[in-house]
Amino acid sequence: MYSETVMDHFKNPRNVGEMKDPDGVGEVGNPICGDMMSIYIKVKDDSIDDISFLTFGCGAAIAVSSILTEMAKGKTIDEAQKITNKSVAAALEGLPKNKLHCSNLGADALQMAIRNYLDKKAGIVREEPKRSDKHEHHHGDACYCPYCDVEAVEDSPVCVNCGREMDEAH
Amino acid sequence: MSILNLDHLATNPLLPEVQEAMIEAIKKNYGNPSSQHQLGDEAAAALQQARERVAGLINSPVPKEVVFTSSGTESVNHAVKGVAFANAEKGKHIVTSNIEHNAILRTLRALKMMDYKVTSVPVDEYGLINPSDVADAIRDDTILVTIMHSNNEIGTIQPIEEIGQITQEKKVIFHCDAVDSVGVVPIDVQKLGVNLLSFAANQFYGPSGVGGLYIRRGTRIWPLLDGGVQENNKRAGTENLIGIIGMGVAAELASQEMEFRIQHARKLKQTLTEGLQNRIEGILINGHPELSLPNLVSVSVQYIEGEGIVLMLDEENIAVSTRSACAAGALQASHVLLSIGRDFADAQGTLVITFGRDTTEADIERFLEVLEEVVQTLRNMSPLYVKAMQEQAEGIALS
Repeated sequence: MYSETVMDHFKNPRNVGEMKDPDGVGEVGNPICGDMMSIYIKVKDDSIDDISFLTFGCGAAIAVSSILTEMAKGKTIDEAQKITNKSVAAALEGLPKNKLHCSNLGADALQMAIRNYLDKKAGIVREEPKRSDKHEHHHGDACYCPYCDVEAVEDSPVCVNCGREMDEAH
Repeated sequence: MSILNLDHLATNPLLPEVQEAMIEAIKKNYGNPSSQHQLGDEAAAALQQARERVAGLINSPVPKEVVFTSSGTESVNHAVKGVAFANAEKGKHIVTSNIEHNAILRTLRALKMMDYKVTSVPVDEYGLINPSDVADAIRDDTILVTIMHSNNEIGTIQPIEEIGQITQEKKVIFHCDAVDSVGVVPIDVQKLGVNLLSFAANQFYGPSGVGGLYIRRGTRIWPLLDGGVQENNKRAGTENLIGIIGMGVAAELASQEMEFRIQHARKLKQTLTEGLQNRIEGILINGHPELSLPNLVSVSVQYIEGEGIVLMLDEENIAVSTRSACAAGALQASHVLLSIGRDFADAQGTLVITFGRDTTEADIERFLEVLEEVVQTLRNMSPLYVKAMQEQAEGIALS
């Protein structure tokens, strides 16, 4: 199901762990959608000097996080800002279609960590870039009712198919 | 190294006796059981023998009440759609539960598009249905109650006999999806009071591609497949005789070995459940502690996701199943786990471990050892685990 590169990064993940005193933190996803990722960066001379991750999710999610840290490490902020979910998936030699929905959030987390760093540097105080418990559509794909597999209507509190309440479940 | 199969719900090997019988049947080049000539007679006799064996497994007094199908899924579709279509003039209301298999859920979804109405009764934290909820849900226009015997994700066994008494009193047709129970635990269709009961051969070491539907005499039901007069006009299409012969042998062996298999499985289940509780913190055992399948353990491992566990165990040549949304491909949390009150994160980390007659205590020990390591590896990567550990440390520091 997964490419060799995905399995390699899943089995031997690089740069795992929480970072002490990071310069930037990005957290995306929630368990409802399947995956959560935290990316921590340390910046030196406008480059990503160190990076690490924590991930709750499937094999693909872990591989995405791992390869992302390799891709970003040593890059200038400018260069790192060009990393996208698409380029991460390409570096992994592709991901199964159904994994592009939830698992491929690594670049979003990285961009959030960079923004967090830039904000701090500029003295902008935003709300903590804490993970939102609400479902966020980072990926632009459709979401599905957790009870039946019918596509959920945006902002609808109940599933149009099975009629069950979804809260923020979709 | 051979693979340790702890996913018997998905893959049961054919027993040697079943293999032999099927190979023998292939070599014999049976005719068509429906034929009027000698070639047909022999085939019809083999079909009849298999039917009697399968009828014996579910204690059906009349072998004719057993209809061979292609799978548990077909049986379920036949039962539900067949009753719905045949009784539409009487009413269009069906009662079911919140934790049924997709075969039921999606069959009912299709019927809803044809203006059938469905009431789904809830389950408690163990996945048990309260029979009085079923009684309350039955209306004047209710034509069918369909409730599963045991649940394929958590193993809980429902009070089918009590529900059967209710449906008999209220004169409503009762279908029981017993795919995960028949051949595993004793099933007596007379005692259960069901009109219809679905099952499949591959759940008891028979071949896949063969299922059965028990249809009690006098039950108003249409065929799902129209055509010839096979299976007493209840299921058209030339019989899969080789598969059916295999199912017959598997059914007879299941009847003979039932007590041994249950005792063996119960011991393994105890070893596994205790082992999990002793070795790994932050786990939740799902399903009813007593009223459940002896060969199934469902465990939610907190803070991590199931597909990662399955892949890492696979690297160690251990096969288990997960109910994680990620692995299911549907990107939805299990409706069964949500129905018993698990939250999304816990549902994600759920493993279903099923074992068989050849599984040993040493197999379970090996699984526990490997699992312990795998869980810790994945937890060390998990933001949920790291956060929980920090909160625990702060709590200790404060007190």
